[in-house]
Amino acid sequence: MNRLILLIPAIALSACSPALVRVQPYERGTLAKPVMADSLDPLETAMTDHAYFSREGSFGGGGVGGGGCGCN
Amino acid sequence: MKLVAAILATTLSTLAAEPVKVGQALPKLSNLIPGTKLPGTEGKVVIVDFWASWCGPCKASFPAFNRLHDKYAAQGLVIVGVGVDDDADKHQKFAGKMRAKFPLVHDSAHKAAAFFAPATMPTSYIADRKGVIRHVHNGFKGAKTEAELEKEIEALLGQ
Repeated sequence: MNRLILLIPAIALSACSPALVRVQPYERGTLAKPVMADSLDPLETAMTDHAYFSREGSFGGGGVGGGGCGCN
Repeated sequence: MKLVAAILATTLSTLAAEPVKVGQALPKLSNLIPGTKLPGTEGKVVIVDFWASWCGPCKASFPAFNRLHDKYAAQGLVIVGVGVDDDADKHQKFAGKMRAKFPLVHDSAHKAAAFFAPATMPTSYIADRKGVIRHVHNGFKGAKTEAELEKEIEALLGQ
């Protein structure tokens, strides 16, 4: 019983607990700031994408919709 | 034993709130966002929309909600936009730019947001005339979402 009592908080406080590690959707204002973007230079991104496309023969899949706020 | 009980209570209190679901009663917004001016919702079809100034799709949703307000307000639709910005200035500036024709309130303490626990930004909840939540829209996908909202509003206004 004692082990069970200690196990519940241990699991909840561990990295397995979504309650403690997840930033809520309405708290993502800071993540949405431009400075949080993967790349701050669109030209550099375009050139890297072009080089990647030429070398790998594949394109896209390098970004997510909605930006850093994870909207939509 | 008391210590263990206290640890358990603290741990359980940190668990995320259950999101508001279809079939639940719409809570009284005045209790969650005290000190704000809210329209009467008794016997009305109500849309509660959670938005933020940093959220692109939220910005895109405002013209659609304005159109829905123009079309259905006279028939008994009430739209309430709940802003969740941390910064009151950003909330005010964004609200001014959007020229919303429906009331916007600032949930500065995130009390309403924590209660509804929206899955994404924006999220809108549609309640029928009896105050029961009938539809939840996660995100805003342009004309597709607007058409869905229109269909649902018309059905609820007719009930």
